Amino acid sequence: MDLSAINPILLIAALMSAATPILLAATGELVVEKAGILNLGVEGMMIIGAICGFAVAVESGSPVTGFVAAAAGGAVLSLLFALLTQLTLANQVASGLALTLFGLGLSALLGQGYVGVKPPSMPDISFGFLSDLPVIGPIIFGHDPVLYFGLMLVAAVWAVLRFTRAGLVLRAVGENHDAAHALGYKVIRVRTLAIMFGGACAGMGGAYISLIRVPQWTEGMTAGVGWIALALVVFASWKPWRVLLGAYLFGGITQLQLNLQGAGVAIPVEYLAMSPYLITIVVLVILSADKSAAPGSLGRPFHASG
Amino acid sequence: MIRLEKRPQPSRAFAWATPLLAVLATFFFGGLLFAVLGKDPIQSILTIFWQPLFGEFSFFYRPQLLIKGAPLVLIAIGLSLGFRAGIWNIGAEGQYIMGALFGAGVGLAFYPAESALIFPAMVLAGAFGGWIWAMIPAVLKVRFGTNEILVSLMLVYVAEQFLASMSLGLMKNPEGFGFPGSRNLQQYPSAHNAELITGSGMHWGVVFAMIAVIFAYVLLTRHRLGFAVRVTGEAPRAAKFSGVNPGRLILFCLGTSGMLAGLAGLFEVSGPSGQVTIDFNTGYGFTAIIVAFLGRLHPIGIVLAGLLMALTYIGGDIAQSQLGLPAAAIQVFQGMLLFFLLAFDLFTNYRLRTGRTEAA
Repeated sequence: MDLSAINPILLIAALMSAATPILLAATGELVVEKAGILNLGVEGMMIIGAICGFAVAVESGSPVTGFVAAAAGGAVLSLLFALLTQLTLANQVASGLALTLFGLGLSALLGQGYVGVKPPSMPDISFGFLSDLPVIGPIIFGHDPVLYFGLMLVAAVWAVLRFTRAGLVLRAVGENHDAAHALGYKVIRVRTLAIMFGGACAGMGGAYISLIRVPQWTEGMTAGVGWIALALVVFASWKPWRVLLGAYLFGGITQLQLNLQGAGVAIPVEYLAMSPYLITIVVLVILSADKSAAPGSLGRPFHASG
Repeated sequence: MIRLEKRPQPSRAFAWATPLLAVLATFFFGGLLFAVLGKDPIQSILTIFWQPLFGEFSFFYRPQLLIKGAPLVLIAIGLSLGFRAGIWNIGAEGQYIMGALFGAGVGLAFYPAESALIFPAMVLAGAFGGWIWAMIPAVLKVRFGTNEILVSLMLVYVAEQFLASMSLGLMKNPEGFGFPGSRNLQQYPSAHNAELITGSGMHWGVVFAMIAVIFAYVLLTRHRLGFAVRVTGEAPRAAKFSGVNPGRLILFCLGTSGMLAGLAGLFEVSGPSGQVTIDFNTGYGFTAIIVAFLGRLHPIGIVLAGLLMALTYIGGDIAQSQLGLPAAAIQVFQGMLLFFLLAFDLFTNYRLRTGRTEAA
């Protein structure tokens, strides 16, 4: 065992990258839940994003196009969820599960020709001499553009929810859809847009795994990250900055256990690989006492006739 | 202008017609999917749904229907109890794995002793394994109010890692020339869940699935506990007034579904699969969710839905070898079925009305 092989600076830099898929997906889901919808299909939308992004990036040679395609793929899949829950008023829990099961199958089908293919790589943003600074260089100035995009997304979501009219309407719809409807807001339209936003974010999160983290395509490669993102929204009590904190915490755990595996710690690999899931459970238990922050209409179906 | 009007009472006719409509719609759109993949849609559908039952080699495939259907029905029956009460056990896959590991562990511990008591002990251990794994989300929910969906699902991934660790470590066959995987329980008579009638596909798992169906039917229609389950799902407040203890109901529903999933895992590992291997679990725990919904959370419906899903597995295998249809296409097909089911369910609770919209 050689723990000195774990460089804390590189660990922090790597955990930011490990956290980005969770961060993107959880930020999207936060907006969805703020609108009063519980979409359990995050895992399905992520894996669809992972394959859409991967396939398009390989075919077009451009990772950026890949990410756009991933967002589109996730949004289109989430539209199915919107159709089920908003138009046909289906149970949200069951519809979300259906989305995940369907997404996992569809991604495997789409990804058949892409196993073992190497995607075009996305270069890190160059900050010139800043990237060469000790300590801060690799941590702050040594990443790919999508990682920075994730950070900006959190800031944007926070600002929109807090300071804009659109954010206020979204929160009103989530807190009390009947009251929002009575005020003349288009509950279903707002929610459908929120669901699509969540789908696009989850799709990009998935593509981050297949294009940057791994980078490769394998069936079921999201391996529960979507579910961890769902847990993270609860953890964050529906607050954007706490999503960021939570994502980095989970990213840190994921990265640390990978590094420990690499360093050859005496704990078997399987038990280290369990740790992110177990820690998610522990965190959920600690935080589940306080549900006061949850949007009032979360998970309840809305039909205008009342 | 078409609008929706809530029915005063859910339509019973539509409640039963929905699954059929969903199956038909899935045939249609599944056929389209197969056509897009460059396969003849009619032939694909026939290969999947006709050939296993009435084709040339149906004598070989029909027993498979019971072998694949039993775990699905066993798990789905348990899930349906919870789903009815609004208690969402999504982690049946994990409970299935733990049941198999506990059961196989007991069997392997006795190797090579022969006794008629070994298999019953394995059954108990399997049920216990699934039960204890489901008790984790149950106790956390009762004690701390933790979301059972997320916890039970996280435990699937934990169980998968545990399975990998067991099949590469503790349970690895010492005479297996270093290959991962346990001893084959099919070659250990005391632990083998053999066919009860040769060539029928009938094994103990099928018997237990039948018992579970009858048990669930009686429970739901004749027993106070079943009443509590139904009332909690339909009107939680009324349930509270009628003296239902929500905590106890959560423990019962999650515990029962875990136990049944554990049994399904045990019968699989000691019978059709025979071995603890890394890829032992094949997603029965997740497909059973579709089975439970397709069967309208009703015991009889679940049997029919379980057989239909088993058919898609078998037919999917045939289509894979004969037509080169990718394995994932069947998964998509199953997912589609659930989608259509949920969508058509609209007509159970709502009525379409055409005509002018009245002023609100």
